[in-house]
Amino acid sequence: MSGLVVGNATVKAGDRTILNRVSLTAPKGGVTGLIGPNGAGKSTLIAAMLGLRRLSSGTIAFNGTNLPGMVPGERAKLCAYVEQSATTAERLTVRDVVALGRVPFQTAWQTMPSGHDALLVQAALEAIGLSAFATRLYHTLSGGEQQRVQIARALTQEPQLLLLDEPTSHLDIQAQLLVLDLLRRRAEAGCTIVLAMHDLNLAARFCDHLVVMQAGAVVAQGSPDAILQPDLLRQVYGVAATIVRLPGSAHPIVVYDRAETDAAAAKLD
Amino acid sequence: MPQRPAYLAAYAGLWALLLASATIAVTFGPAEISPTEVWGTILHHLGMAGDSPLSHLRDAIVWQLRLPRVLAALGIGAGLALAGTVMQVLTRNPLADPYLLGLSSGAALGAVIFLLTGAALLMPVGAFLGSLAALGLALLIARLLGGATPSRAILAGICIAALASAATSLLIFWSATGDSYREILSWLLGSLSGTTWGDAVLVMLALALCTPIILLSGRGLDAFAFGDDAAASLGIDITRLRWTLLAATALLTGVMVAIGGAIGFVGLVVPHAVRLAVGSRHRVLLPMSMLVGAIFMLWTDTAARTLFDPRELPVGIVTALIGAPAFLLILLRYRRVT
Repeated sequence: MSGLVVGNATVKAGDRTILNRVSLTAPKGGVTGLIGPNGAGKSTLIAAMLGLRRLSSGTIAFNGTNLPGMVPGERAKLCAYVEQSATTAERLTVRDVVALGRVPFQTAWQTMPSGHDALLVQAALEAIGLSAFATRLYHTLSGGEQQRVQIARALTQEPQLLLLDEPTSHLDIQAQLLVLDLLRRRAEAGCTIVLAMHDLNLAARFCDHLVVMQAGAVVAQGSPDAILQPDLLRQVYGVAATIVRLPGSAHPIVVYDRAETDAAAAKLD
Repeated sequence: MPQRPAYLAAYAGLWALLLASATIAVTFGPAEISPTEVWGTILHHLGMAGDSPLSHLRDAIVWQLRLPRVLAALGIGAGLALAGTVMQVLTRNPLADPYLLGLSSGAALGAVIFLLTGAALLMPVGAFLGSLAALGLALLIARLLGGATPSRAILAGICIAALASAATSLLIFWSATGDSYREILSWLLGSLSGTTWGDAVLVMLALALCTPIILLSGRGLDAFAFGDDAAASLGIDITRLRWTLLAATALLTGVMVAIGGAIGFVGLVVPHAVRLAVGSRHRVLLPMSMLVGAIFMLWTDTAARTLFDPRELPVGIVTALIGAPAFLLILLRYRRVT
């Protein structure tokens, strides 16, 4: 099976089970969205895929290769990762940070990025719309700009599998669309993309496949059309929502009515 | 940040400055000696020239007294700057210096124990053992707390440092007398007086062993900029890299402390100053820090032994006296871009 296949993955922290027998498939060349409330286990699942969290049981395979079991240096040539936010105390320019994406391909003896590396860095900066920022110091940028720099860094890694943890959380509307369009095009070029998201409308528009997580387990997976249903949203998020469709649009749109919590209910009374 | 040709020019300039500084530093002090005579003496002792241009006494001043001290100062400066840079990255803490994990306090305790038990000649050995013991304890405690993460290691290091310092003070207060008291104080402040060829060779050996390991980890240190997970996702075996670098910096710092005492400030400030100028790409930052640290240490030590001649100051006082204002100037110079 090509693409990313997770089978019965379980992650424990002490006695607590953080991921409970998670199984999912992220098809090759597709964009798969992990959705679910805070604490559902989305970030832990991504960390487990990267070998950052040890599985107590289960498997994670990419194109048939055991991903967490790979040598870190080899995995980094295959798979790139973008954290939700990445800060540093170091003095690095935007170009320096994007060039970190070439680290897996460099030798210990190499003192400067090669000409090929420099071209990839430049291309990624242009794609993400930050060429003008190349010599700015990373720590002086806004959260959204930093997030775009990190995505450019990940693209520079030329991954076959790209894992992103809420890549649009700090971005303005224009940047959200730009970044997601860019990821879409990468997927069409053959890259398998898995991203954790909170914005269900963006997820509906850009993902081929959605995986719904709740309390460390997968509760549903399928196409956005199949997944984004009022009953499921009520069950997972505790919100009442209506699904609407605009004429001529292929994507469902979620309109939230109210939160169905006891507190909200009490207020309304 | 500047590009390649600018770096090559900076390296060449720093190396030239280092050689010139070393030559001039040897001429400083009582007994008039010229730079040509310095090199004549060196070539003579290396067997590359005939007779020494100097009389026996002055030849001994150059070869036996000043040259080993100059070499030790260069080596210790380079080593502390290198160790400081690495500790700052590994702990992601800008206040980190080579002594962060209790190394200097442990060394002080070890040195004082050896001194007070009558093994004054073995003080460096005591310091070395003490520093490694303190580091080992700090890391062990960090592990017991649930894993040697940077923050746990720092907290454990603070505890060990406080305990070792208290024990050192107790020992000094209890049993030190005039002479040993002065010797301990000068060691605690850091001093290179009485440096022998043996000391200089030891410093250079430690550098020769640890520097390649650290310099070849530049790629990995770069990847650490955004923390452990980011580094791991860039293919760095973070556990291995962290322990390798920790071992290398501990060995390096242990030797430097054993020879020069707890010389402060160099390992904290030089990395910051160089980072402000050239940025955090470690493949550039590490060698530059070493060169700047070496030159800085050489001149502070030269000042320490000549400013109030014939009285000598512990060099640790001078590194702070010169280093603190110099660092403030650098901060002011770069305030617009920080």
